[in-house]
Amino acid sequence: MSSEENNAGRLDAVAPAIELIGISKAFGPVQANKDISMTVAKGAIHGIVGENGAGKSTLMSILYGFYKADSGSVKINGVPTTINDSHDAIAAGIGMVHQHFMLVDNFTVLENVILGAEEGATLGPSLRKARKELKRLADEYELDVDPDALIEDISVGFQQRVEILKALYRQAEILILDEPTGVLTPDEADHLFRILRNLKDQGKTIVIITHKLREIMDVTDSVSVMRRGEMTKTIATNTTSPEDLAEAMVGRRVLLEVNKKPVEVGETVMQVKGLSVTDVHGVMRLKDVSFELKRGEILGIAGVAGNGQSELLEVIAGIGAATSGEVLMHGEAIDVSKHANAELRRHRGISHVPEDRHQRGLVMPFMTWENTAFGYHNEPEYSGKFGLANQKYMKKDAREKMERFDIRPPIPQLVASHFSGGNQQKIVLAREIERNPDVLLIGQPTRGVDIGAIEFIHQQIVNLRDAGKAILLVSVELDEIQALSDRILVMFDGVIQGERLPENTNEGELGLLMAGVDPEAKQ
Amino acid sequence: MMDFLTNDLLQLSDSAVRFATPLLLACLAGLYSERAGIFDIGLEGKMLVAAFAAGAFSAIAGMPASEGGWEMGAWSVWVGLGAAIIASIMFSMIHAFASITLRGNQLISGVAINFFAAGITVLIGQYWFKMGGQTPQLREGQRFEPITLPFAESLKDVPVLGDIYYQLISGHNIIVYMGFAIVALTWWVLYRTRFGLRMRAVGENPGAVDTAGISVVKLRYSALIITGILCGLAGAYLSLGTAAAGFGKDMTAGRGFIALAALIFAKWKPITAMWATLLFGMLEAIGNKYQTLDLGFIVLPGQFMQALPYILTVVILAGFVGKAIPPKAGGEPYVKER
Repeated sequence: MSSEENNAGRLDAVAPAIELIGISKAFGPVQANKDISMTVAKGAIHGIVGENGAGKSTLMSILYGFYKADSGSVKINGVPTTINDSHDAIAAGIGMVHQHFMLVDNFTVLENVILGAEEGATLGPSLRKARKELKRLADEYELDVDPDALIEDISVGFQQRVEILKALYRQAEILILDEPTGVLTPDEADHLFRILRNLKDQGKTIVIITHKLREIMDVTDSVSVMRRGEMTKTIATNTTSPEDLAEAMVGRRVLLEVNKKPVEVGETVMQVKGLSVTDVHGVMRLKDVSFELKRGEILGIAGVAGNGQSELLEVIAGIGAATSGEVLMHGEAIDVSKHANAELRRHRGISHVPEDRHQRGLVMPFMTWENTAFGYHNEPEYSGKFGLANQKYMKKDAREKMERFDIRPPIPQLVASHFSGGNQQKIVLAREIERNPDVLLIGQPTRGVDIGAIEFIHQQIVNLRDAGKAILLVSVELDEIQALSDRILVMFDGVIQGERLPENTNEGELGLLMAGVDPEAKQ
Repeated sequence: MMDFLTNDLLQLSDSAVRFATPLLLACLAGLYSERAGIFDIGLEGKMLVAAFAAGAFSAIAGMPASEGGWEMGAWSVWVGLGAAIIASIMFSMIHAFASITLRGNQLISGVAINFFAAGITVLIGQYWFKMGGQTPQLREGQRFEPITLPFAESLKDVPVLGDIYYQLISGHNIIVYMGFAIVALTWWVLYRTRFGLRMRAVGENPGAVDTAGISVVKLRYSALIITGILCGLAGAYLSLGTAAAGFGKDMTAGRGFIALAALIFAKWKPITAMWATLLFGMLEAIGNKYQTLDLGFIVLPGQFMQALPYILTVVILAGFVGKAIPPKAGGEPYVKER
């Protein structure tokens, strides 16, 4: 009884902007949200953290009308609201910036902003009105964007601003952002946070979904933690710590730091000399890149996605072709033309954990024991009589790998798509690391991987380095680069923008390099 | 030389316009569908049923009551046109249901529609008219007649301009003029209206449309209804507006595919589509006029001349004329990500 009175009392004061009551949602057998209740005060920045698949995005997609909840109800500003589709959500003053931007690439900024919010059957008046409104919003919130630029021509940072503008143009009072900093440089992320604080000062309510705990600590007023579809904790940000949040996310104490002892760096294993790549559109993706990779070191390549790191990995791995330049392994050139053979690469001692495990690392509908042998399936140990595959050995081998890498459930007959992101990545890692390569190429080792598995994967990489192997690590997560690398190269626009030692640099400096600015040149 | 310009070239252009009209209408039909993100290789089939429905219903509407007709006189041709549009929309809705609602494979649905149309037209035609799948020869009132534009006769003797007006611009039937008017209309709809903006968006990124609070399904169905109407016009033109004056088995003769090639060639843009189909029309006209062509060093046989539009189709579809980037979401059923 008393709680109802409390609620009534609050209504008279300021009703919370968002009130979710008992939301449940299942996708087939998977219970994505279990009886979730959450309250966000008006004018607050509220964070939702949780591992991949914890149900954060599902919950917010329900609020935005993208999915329909199986049960539960929603109150907006204290008023019970039924949200059946995005149209209802927009009408209730909710705007959402999705993780994958919902923009039409070959439309202008202006066209994207008015799409769905046009006034009248012809476009002229809406475009004129939007142009004026955009200018006002730009001045008010540091949201400058050229209204006539095509989306495909502007950077992701600007694209994100367009998404925010779209919401504001529709008079959103509540703004939901799903993993907003995943694709931003630290500088762009700071700018975003300034915008968000600005919006908050204007009385807007903001919900931000992220898996980066530092951002939560920086920018939010309160935070909710989700784990396996349930909301485990809601707390004021200034009364918690990253360690506590991580524990609530994973359900056990997690090591946020990587255990890494100094190791003597050995002789050079691989030399990359003047490597350039021009893509099919004639754009130079990689411009005269040179570096050396030594035994016992992890060489981290930092940079915002799309600055040539992928091309670099692909050429060295024998998937992509270089336009010029060479790669030497133990002083001997390896084929970097379009005739390069990835299988020969493996014989030379180069293993590759690709950036996109779904596309390149695994065959998703195939069973684990097949996936743990792929790429090496012609090796003698996997071959049986009469040129057939030795399935018995492949299965036994897979089971052992699954045990050593703690892949759950350890059943070789399960198809790859059955596993969680972290376990899938461990399947790829088990296959590549257990070949005991001289050089391990590894791209985005922990993308879409839960915190618990991140710890394990990082430890595997460090162990390999301690065993005197050379590791080329490409990651867009600056934290990861800083934690693992013995030496850091920063790439921008296909060029190595700078080289730093992790102990002599900081995030600010690396962020500037990632944005193409040389901090030393400035002084 | 002057003679060639005034006579041969004008004549060629005149027949190019006639040959281009069904291609143009089918091409625009495909434009609406593909811009909305639904690939449509069933243009051919829809044109074919439309041509059949037009020929059959115009014939029945114009027949005397004693032969089971409706004695509608000059209205018959319009009955035929209406039937063509309805038939074509029905086929378009089959494609819509398969590819939007059931999220099936759009290519397979298109192929099925083409085969179904090829069979059903002949089957019903034979059952109704017992003429081996053909429809009866259409008489006056049952087909579209050439329209002489105002002043065409009096301006005929003005040099060049008068010739062009009289020979090239005047003297076509109503569907030809509709076809070219629809080019302008399509441009306006596509780039200047709310519907056009949303339709282009849904072909590029249906997620953007969905999250903007607009129904992807309704938009795509609307686009496919327009596709049906335009294919209906294209098919009706073949049986009601050409010298054939009636429906004949497989009378579309691959024009739906040529229209598709023209659409790709035109990079899914309406004005460019007009020029592309006129080019195909011109090739067809040349093949028709010069049974064999003596180039001095080589004599091109008639078969080669008639194959010209098809050869160009192959060249275009093989991608020899620059990179054409189709609407990004084309061919993919829209499923909310999960």
